[in-house]
Amino acid sequence: MPAVVEMLGITKRFNGFTANDNINLVVEKGEIHALLGENGAGKSTLMNTLFGLYQPEEGEIRIRGERVKITDPNMANRLGIGMVHQHFMLVEPFTVTENIILGMEPRKGAKIDIEKAERHVQELSDRYGLRVDPRAKIEDISVGMQQRVEILKTLYRGAEILIFDEPTAVLTPQEIGELMEIMKNLVSEGKTIIFITHKLKEIMAVCDRCTIIRKGKYIDAVSISKTNVDELASKMVGRHVTFEVDKTPAHPKEPVLQIKDLVVEGNRGASALRGLNLEVKAGEILGIAGIEGNGQTELIEAITGLRKVKSGSVLLNGKPLENRKPREIVESGVGHIPEDRHKHGLVLDYSIGENMVLQTYYKSPFAKRGVLRYNAIYEYARKLIQQFDVRTPSEFTPARALSGGNQQKGIIAREVDRNPDLLIAAQPTRGLDVGAIEFIHKKLIEQRDAGKAVLLLSLELDEVLNVSDRIAVIYEGEIVGIVDPAETDHDQLGLMMAGGGKGGK
Amino acid sequence: MISSMQTSRWNAILVPVLAVILGLLVGAVLMLLMGYDPIAGYSSVFQGIFGNSYFIGETLRAVTPLIFAGLAVAFAFRTGLFNIGVEGQFIVGQLAAAWVGASWDLPPGLHAAVAVLVAMVAAGVYAGIAGWLKARLGVHEVITTIMLNYVALFGSNYVIRTMLKGATERSKDILPSASLQSEWLTNLFEGARINWGLLLALIFVLISYWLLMKTTTGYELRAVGFNPHASEYAGMNVPKNIFLAMLVSGMFAGIGGATDVLGVNGNMAISAGFTGIGFDGIAVALIGNNNPFGVIFGALLFGGLSFGADNMQRVEGIPTESIQIVISMVIYFVAASSLIKWLLGKFRRRQGV
Ligand SMILES: Nc1ncnc2c1ncn2[C@@H]1O[C@H](COP(=O)(O)OP(=O)(O)O)[C@@H](O)[C@H]1O
Ligand SMILES: [Mg+2]
Repeated sequence: MPAVVEMLGITKRFNGFTANDNINLVVEKGEIHALLGENGAGKSTLMNTLFGLYQPEEGEIRIRGERVKITDPNMANRLGIGMVHQHFMLVEPFTVTENIILGMEPRKGAKIDIEKAERHVQELSDRYGLRVDPRAKIEDISVGMQQRVEILKTLYRGAEILIFDEPTAVLTPQEIGELMEIMKNLVSEGKTIIFITHKLKEIMAVCDRCTIIRKGKYIDAVSISKTNVDELASKMVGRHVTFEVDKTPAHPKEPVLQIKDLVVEGNRGASALRGLNLEVKAGEILGIAGIEGNGQTELIEAITGLRKVKSGSVLLNGKPLENRKPREIVESGVGHIPEDRHKHGLVLDYSIGENMVLQTYYKSPFAKRGVLRYNAIYEYARKLIQQFDVRTPSEFTPARALSGGNQQKGIIAREVDRNPDLLIAAQPTRGLDVGAIEFIHKKLIEQRDAGKAVLLLSLELDEVLNVSDRIAVIYEGEIVGIVDPAETDHDQLGLMMAGGGKGGK
Repeated sequence: MISSMQTSRWNAILVPVLAVILGLLVGAVLMLLMGYDPIAGYSSVFQGIFGNSYFIGETLRAVTPLIFAGLAVAFAFRTGLFNIGVEGQFIVGQLAAAWVGASWDLPPGLHAAVAVLVAMVAAGVYAGIAGWLKARLGVHEVITTIMLNYVALFGSNYVIRTMLKGATERSKDILPSASLQSEWLTNLFEGARINWGLLLALIFVLISYWLLMKTTTGYELRAVGFNPHASEYAGMNVPKNIFLAMLVSGMFAGIGGATDVLGVNGNMAISAGFTGIGFDGIAVALIGNNNPFGVIFGALLFGGLSFGADNMQRVEGIPTESIQIVISMVIYFVAASSLIKWLLGKFRRRQGV
């Protein structure tokens, strides 16, 4: 029997930029096939080609052994191909069923037969264990549920081959577990799944085979039973990747950041920080562990001048910072890799080059007497792009067009190169692939080794444990304990983060 | 990628040009349906614009305030603000220029320059009210500028009636020393009211572009317009920049008003309704893709067609409304530019470019 999907020698170019270069992808019926690659490797492009959104310049596609030219998504639907996109395409005020039948409404005379549709949706939902309420409104349901609606949408249209484009990026760990179950149900009912991700654990857990692409090129296709995480990672990144962060012991010196009895109000007026005390020394990485919403965001905003300090003090090298203007704080030596890179980190409509001088554009050599020196700006940007391996077509490319990992590398380049005494990194690796994560961890440690103070905030316990030299646990706006990462583990930290620990102070 | 940048730059020019052609085609079909000859119609429009040097001069006279209004809208838009108040700021500029022109006594030339300057500052401050309200209190600029339009209209009528009243329902005539008219230009264009305002408009196009794209101030203004959160993070003063953006936008409008009084009419009429120039500025900016140089193109098109349409009605008896429809269609096609880009993309692909 021929493979259900064969993409052979696919090449896709965008204005001369080759996003897919002679890629092969062969998927057998009934398997979960992973498509693995770093951010920007060309995974979405390849799948959009299979789904008929793009036409390849070269190569052929066979579905169930038959050569086809997929001209548009409707044709893909007719061939039994369905796609769940990275960004959902749902109409918020509509119900689940209304969204699913949109464009192919069953009719009774001139009226839409909504009851029939609801019954059908319910049937499908039960059959594959999706647990979706056909009458719920999209705006009322969780992101995970919305994703299952997208899955139902493809099933309703009779999809046999399902493409999931990074479905787990938006899910909580528990929802990820549920999705994995659903995927297993789907293949046991004879469906075929192409699963895009860069999270290796997920691939090991559910996939049968895996095709790896790198920088637009086909690298290999392997059976999951015959491989391991290390092999997959090095194939994806093109070199050996270490999961252990390797670093020498820290040599902390004088305190750089000293926070005493800090009180800050949250957005709803209640105190988000209630007398917080913290110290970060030169030459150490202090990690903050905590469950989201315990004051981490407010702490960083207070240090960087984005939020008012009600009482208490923040000292940088002994000088008070509280309630200073953000620019003064930046200039006195604070670098900040913000939690939300799209909201705070970048002006997405500016070129990546212009973003490199977001805090320094008014200074020499980037400006003279109020006039920008674009030559100097772009020369500097080129230097940083090269040093920090930011993959971008050029320094003139809008930041918006870069992949998440490369946007983040750009921000890190900017913040690190300003050479701040205190570097704040808030969730610096969220949503990035292993290659980028490793790179960013290395940069943080380099800063530490150069004698800077690094304050790391992460919701990923592994990251806090691997990168930090000391861990401060935050709970309800206070530091409830400071622990040595070598002498603690997930369980102890988890307990403290839930407010149940007593750890030494 | 370089080639894609060139493509996008090409699109910025091709899209409005194609929009104009499509707009003219729709207008032609319309004239046919109404039983007129579109070729005769358009050639009379063409005659009305370029037919003799008087027409050319008058067209350019009509284009001048549109450039200022377009600049004002485009500048605000590039900094993330929707300035619907250009109309009111234009009126404030007119009033200030009429007052300085009629009641101050200064040497020729200097008098005109001072009148323009005062109009610029007055309209800037007037727009700044909306900017301040947005920056400090978060009141949306669309609401405040619309209200300020009415305040400007009725307020200026009141001021003229009580303090500046001339012979008829107009303000006192400005002194010759404040005039922007030029005998040389007027003679060159056979008596048309073209004046130094046009030169000022072109100079301010350059200033606007330079300020926006080449200075640290422009860098901040645009950054705040695109993403106020990132701008705050980067240490920029967001409220200050919102205020400044409105101030500068209003200044452009104010100079436009001044050139209208000092260069064309010599006084300001008590008026029951708006001049419409400020609102036309929105269309001009849109056609010009909110680019200062594009604004010249938008103003030429808008001013030229509206002015040429009069000739069409005189000569061919085709109602000027049909040209209004052409203009509306052009705006529509520019607004629907993704449609045109899509068509261009299809075309290029077929050509294998
Ligand atoms: N429509 C497009 N126009 C130009 N370049 C694109 C387009 N879509 C993707 N690219 C580029 O192609 C490369 C691959 O992108 P993509 O397929 O989205 O990667 P992935 O899904 O693996 O992260 C990236 O460098 C991206 O910038
Ligand atoms: Mg993708």
